[in-house]
Amino acid sequence: MGVPRVPRLSGIQREVLALYREFLRVARVKSGEDREQLVHLVSSEFRRNSKEVDRKNFECIEHLIRQGRKQLDQLKSPDTTGFSSIKVNVSSTTQTKHS
Amino acid sequence: MATSLVRRAFTRAQSSIPAARLVITRAHASEAQAQKSEPTRTPGTNMKTFQIYRWNPNNPQKPELKDYQIDLKECGPMVLDALIKIKNEIDPTLTFRRSCREGICGSCAMNIDGCNGLACLTKIESDSTPSTITPLPHMFVIKDLVVDMTNFYNQYKSIEPWLKRKSPPEVPGKEILQSKSDRAKLDGMYECILCACCSTSCPSYWWNPESYLGPAALLHANRWIMDSRDEYTKERLDAVNDEFKLYRCHTILNCARACPKGLNPGKQIQNIKKLELLGA
Repeated sequence: MGVPRVPRLSGIQREVLALYREFLRVARVKSGEDREQLVHLVSSEFRRNSKEVDRKNFECIEHLIRQGRKQLDQLKSPDTTGFSSIKVNVSSTTQTKHS
Repeated sequence: MATSLVRRAFTRAQSSIPAARLVITRAHASEAQAQKSEPTRTPGTNMKTFQIYRWNPNNPQKPELKDYQIDLKECGPMVLDALIKIKNEIDPTLTFRRSCREGICGSCAMNIDGCNGLACLTKIESDSTPSTITPLPHMFVIKDLVVDMTNFYNQYKSIEPWLKRKSPPEVPGKEILQSKSDRAKLDGMYECILCACCSTSCPSYWWNPESYLGPAALLHANRWIMDSRDEYTKERLDAVNDEFKLYRCHTILNCARACPKGLNPGKQIQNIKKLELLGA
């Protein structure tokens, strides 16, 4: 049958994608400037980790997913307007900002 | 002065000779032990190895047990003292939770030599075999000995751990009084500090951490069920009456063994099960 054009995703890959889409969905609810900043931050964070983390390093990926879910829960609350990130010399970390 | 005291004690002990004998033999035994252990120790130091679980999410390495050597003569008696000493003097990157250092906050719960306990209440074993310290079993590790307690706290939240009333208090603005015997029913439950030692020692909780509430949450559920001032007893019983939430407890009783406060969550769960039967 040949190689399928769309690569079949593993469970963990689907989980990561679902988390990413959930973040974007939450971002849509937030107001103008916050949303842009949020989308930019979320996508850059996902892209950075996709490069930095080895795809076989399940422990780390699962840890990042759990961390992401926690941040998502905080972000879902209407009081939260967005993230702010702090650059640390080793690696950047994200922190939620409450308004 | 001293001799008279000894004599008095001796005359008193004469009335019960076996007790006196027991005391004397014990004294001899400890003396002999002290003499024996004296020469084996190298003068000045008493080194002990701690194997501590290390994992950093920012570092793409597998988790590992790292060895640290500590001189017990320059260290406090508890495992937490050793951890603080390691963090201060050997490796500042070692991460663990701690706060009160006297067993009342429950922050420093971890697995020490295979048993869950509070580092601040667990004595360092004085023998020379290495001690192993790992995070609480079957919990997601955030870093080193720090675990993710979100699920545990959410389960505690789900049992609504606060006083719920249907009627207003008899005297508005005043506290609701309770008899001494009603208050006594809360003994053995109110002391719980939610350190999660019991829940994470329970095999049933390991396999169903999402659906089974675990000993700690159920102990608190019982604490509010038994409270004479709470008027939602029936609703509380109905809320936990679930094949998974409550009946995953198979009275393994690891919880009672693990509890650093000496409580028996298994017994309290049994009480809920009894009330469920009586109510049904």
